[in-house]
Amino acid sequence: MTNVFELSRVSYAPGGQAILKGIDLTVPANALWTITGPSGSGKSTLLRLLATLLTPTSGTITYNGQPQAAIEKPAYRKEVSYCFQQPSLFGETVQDNLAFPFAIRNQPFDRDRALAALDSVALAPSQLDAKVTALSGGEKQRVALIRNLLFPPKVLLLDEVTTGLDADTKALVHRLILRQHDAGLTVLSVTHDETEIAAAGKLVTIRGGEVQHD
Amino acid sequence: MTNLIVSPTALAFAVVLVLIALGINLHEKIGLEKDMVIGVVRAVVQLTVVGYVLTYIIKVDRLWLTGLMVAIILFNAALNANKRAAGIPHAFPISLLAIGTATILTLALLVGAGALRFTPSQIVPVSGMIASNSMVAIGLAYRSMNTQFRDQRQAVLERLALGADLKQASRAIVREAIRTGMAPTIDSAKTVGIVSLPGMMSGLIFAGVDPTKAIMYQIMVTFMLLAATSIGSVIACYLAYPRFYNADEQLR
Repeated sequence: MTNVFELSRVSYAPGGQAILKGIDLTVPANALWTITGPSGSGKSTLLRLLATLLTPTSGTITYNGQPQAAIEKPAYRKEVSYCFQQPSLFGETVQDNLAFPFAIRNQPFDRDRALAALDSVALAPSQLDAKVTALSGGEKQRVALIRNLLFPPKVLLLDEVTTGLDADTKALVHRLILRQHDAGLTVLSVTHDETEIAAAGKLVTIRGGEVQHD
Repeated sequence: MTNLIVSPTALAFAVVLVLIALGINLHEKIGLEKDMVIGVVRAVVQLTVVGYVLTYIIKVDRLWLTGLMVAIILFNAALNANKRAAGIPHAFPISLLAIGTATILTLALLVGAGALRFTPSQIVPVSGMIASNSMVAIGLAYRSMNTQFRDQRQAVLERLALGADLKQASRAIVREAIRTGMAPTIDSAKTVGIVSLPGMMSGLIFAGVDPTKAIMYQIMVTFMLLAATSIGSVIACYLAYPRFYNADEQLR
């Protein structure tokens, strides 16, 4: 099986300020990795590089053996889905957000599928028409997550998505992600959460822009 | 046509109006005196020059000369729209293309329909009207785009991350920018006659034309400006939004 990602000497130093320094990393298919490290160590930057929202200033990243730069971006980003820390929901209602993944695939909005997705994160069907401004932080985070999962990606990049969620909701999100992982999804999750770190199967620590090998 | 004569003496007295504006400015410390003086001087010089130029162009009535005059108007309009683009790359050629297409297409339709004759006395002023309205619309649309791409940066990033192409990620912003650009034209179309008696119509009435005839021209102008500002804003916005991204389809 080919590796999902292979990073070779990847650096990111916009304007000469090094955020990531010569990262070598191989992520196997169906990995479930937890990435941790102090604030400002470059964890989010690493995820954004993998999501092609940033481009390495040097080094190469391959995805399924293909150089990332050679793959068409919208198609790539539909497969490698990045979920933001403190996501912003757009439009007016929850439905506007859940309709977007359909719209960009030129598909009609599937209401039943959206309702099932809401249910998977314990949000009531009535929330579909809720105004995004009326949602709590935790609700927004869950809507953003299912927005990424409505069309199952191959890789999910999670940037501290459980920050600020209560214990029950956290557990719910973990179960959802684990189910997707069991179905073949590769998951890289950045976190500061002690319980998530303790429960991690594979833990990667980034410190000062470098991968720490313990 | 004696009712159309403004004598140089009358104009000199009209300077009193400028002095009133200047006085208010100085008294209230608004700080626009310099701009106001520059504006007045430029208006006098530019209009004097254009008055003589137009007299000549109308007298010789040559196609190439009329064309050149229209080209100069388009160039200046694009230059001005470009100033309001505040850093959008390639805004000048985009503006020139947008204003040029809007003006030439609208003119062609009007001439084709027989509403205008292809003579310098009609083509040059109407081109100026269309180009200046398109210029204002495009300038507003640029400003709206700049503001939105800054304020909605996170939302655009999220759309990109979900796999939207540049058009899909920018669609909401582009629509809003076009709306903003067209708003003044639509507003003035709504209030024309009840608030403003616009220049074209007022000019004709001044010149002694029957107001019922003058309004026919104004209706034509209203239609023409609606068409021109929408064509101009759409072209400018659709050519400008990709400039907010780099070659890797990331926000700049």
